[in-house]
Amino acid sequence: MTELLQGNRACVQAAIASGCRFFAGYPITPSSEIAESMARLLPEAGGVFMQMEDEMASLGAVLGASLAGSPAMTATSGPGFSLMQEHIGYAALAEIPCVVVDVMRGGPSTGLPTRPSQGDVMQARWGTHGDHPVVALAPASVSEIYELTSLAFALSERLRLPALVLYDEVVGHLREPVDPGSLRLSRAERRRPTVEPAAYRPYAPDADLVPPLADFGTGYRFHVTGLTHDEAGRPTEEPAVVGALHRRLQEKVARARDDVVSFAGIGLEDAEVVVVAYGIAARAAERAVTDARSRGERLGLFRPRTLWPFPDVELRAVAERAHTIVVAEMNLGQMLLEVERVVAGRARVEACLRADGTPLTPEDVAHAVASAAGALA
Amino acid sequence: MSGIEYRDRLRRQMLPHILCPGCGHGIVLKALLRAARSLELDWDRTVFVAGIGCSSRLVGYIDGCTLHTTHGRALTFATGMKLARPELTVIVITGDGDGLAIGGNHLIHAARRDVDLTCLLLNNETYGMTGGQAAPTAEPGAISTTTPRGARERSFDACALAVAAGASFVARGATSLPLELDALIARGIAHRGFSFLEIASDCPEYFGRYNELGRGPEMLQLQRRRLDGVDRTLAAKRSLRPRPAEGPPPLRTGVLHERPA
Repeated sequence: MTELLQGNRACVQAAIASGCRFFAGYPITPSSEIAESMARLLPEAGGVFMQMEDEMASLGAVLGASLAGSPAMTATSGPGFSLMQEHIGYAALAEIPCVVVDVMRGGPSTGLPTRPSQGDVMQARWGTHGDHPVVALAPASVSEIYELTSLAFALSERLRLPALVLYDEVVGHLREPVDPGSLRLSRAERRRPTVEPAAYRPYAPDADLVPPLADFGTGYRFHVTGLTHDEAGRPTEEPAVVGALHRRLQEKVARARDDVVSFAGIGLEDAEVVVVAYGIAARAAERAVTDARSRGERLGLFRPRTLWPFPDVELRAVAERAHTIVVAEMNLGQMLLEVERVVAGRARVEACLRADGTPLTPEDVAHAVASAAGALA
Repeated sequence: MSGIEYRDRLRRQMLPHILCPGCGHGIVLKALLRAARSLELDWDRTVFVAGIGCSSRLVGYIDGCTLHTTHGRALTFATGMKLARPELTVIVITGDGDGLAIGGNHLIHAARRDVDLTCLLLNNETYGMTGGQAAPTAEPGAISTTTPRGARERSFDACALAVAAGASFVARGATSLPLELDALIARGIAHRGFSFLEIASDCPEYFGRYNELGRGPEMLQLQRRRLDGVDRTLAAKRSLRPRPAEGPPPLRTGVLHERPA
């Protein structure tokens, strides 16, 4: 049934439909509707809602619940996302499935609490210390929040890692007609050990490099630590073991890459100029692109749905055909760095950036495209 | 308590342990194992959660479901785990820095919520893992690497804090009274609601050395005299500058507060 659904509410409905049974959070604009809806809906689904004392506590509680076997998530915005970084790293190293939703507002610091931004793209990639795998999804509409929140649960459980969902305040507060029943739900399945408890090694990976995870309290006795550890979970400083662990954490995501990475495109088959944008900026870009194409201009849109891993191979292929890439985002050039790295001279890369607390507009994008074309002429 | 085979409850492959000679934390670990045995806890339904620091390393040696979390946040993980799977017995081990400094707010809120957890806070008045910096429980005058002229700040009364915040069971034990410690831990675990136990422990390697309090045995004797309320040796030590007028307050052990959760 089609209903008028808010982005943050769609996030909650998708999470619960995907098996989320634990939520812990702390109020923060512009994500608070997620906690509020969870407080109403999760207990009805047999789950637990907790309001914690801060964001570190929220993600800590989520990780504890996840180890007990509950698919779990939290939601926050910039300042809270900063506070959560230590536990995101813990989840990455201890390989505990969880979903973290970051509804981006203007930063740094308290910044612009009620205004949109896309300023957390690089923080999502590098915010916690040390090398670590990252999966970060970037929906651009209410229905996509629904599908990608569900996908985040599936990926976090399958790959045993924190899956991040990043969208800006506008997408989070957008209300769009959506029929949740027609949208794609991903199955969130945690692989549990098949060996006897005595033979269980919590960090001994299967062929896909992901170790099965037993629930605490089910007869499997094992140690989980944020210290670098061996396959038995014992802390170690043995260089060969440490190095192998770090490589495996990266490689398990790399091997699953093709199931993780996705993007949407418009006119990429013939586009000479391609706009790269995500979130609400991609909605503005889409309008600019469709308007231009209706005038016969060969403009295209490349919209990553996964920010991390970045759709590098796919964009590189686009850059082989186009002469100019215009990166449109609501920060001072974060994904721009990644695009420049990926394109690596195959096409010119121009920027269309806005970091003033207002969303990018179709006119911004059209203007940037025109300037790029003018510079070329 | 006779006849307990500690090795049956320890991960022998994790040994030798990292604790220094004379450290009081091993006394607490053994008391915890005896208390768990006296309660006949289902070892497959018991989870031990810790933060960061010397005290928090204890969980790694227990052959059970053990979770060594981040600095100060053990209670948050424990809260989520208990709520997600209420049939678990969840026991948290923390220290003075972990539980009262970086994790102080979580302790307050865990007490306020009164979730059915047991929290053992091992107080040795110092950050042992990092080399002997001042903890929030260091008495005024205590020498540490970060208070080379003597601590100037007041120290925390962890039990008073826990009572004020709403914990339904609050007790203080001491490594110099190990059998009383067994009983207190067992009562804490058996209590339904948030049980907080502060356990006076000793760090001879740093706190003892810096404050000229002797090695493990001497520190235990000092602790014991302080428990009896008659000790003035600590206060009289030249190293404690500025000298407190009264010396450190006597330590009162036992159950300090209990109400139905």
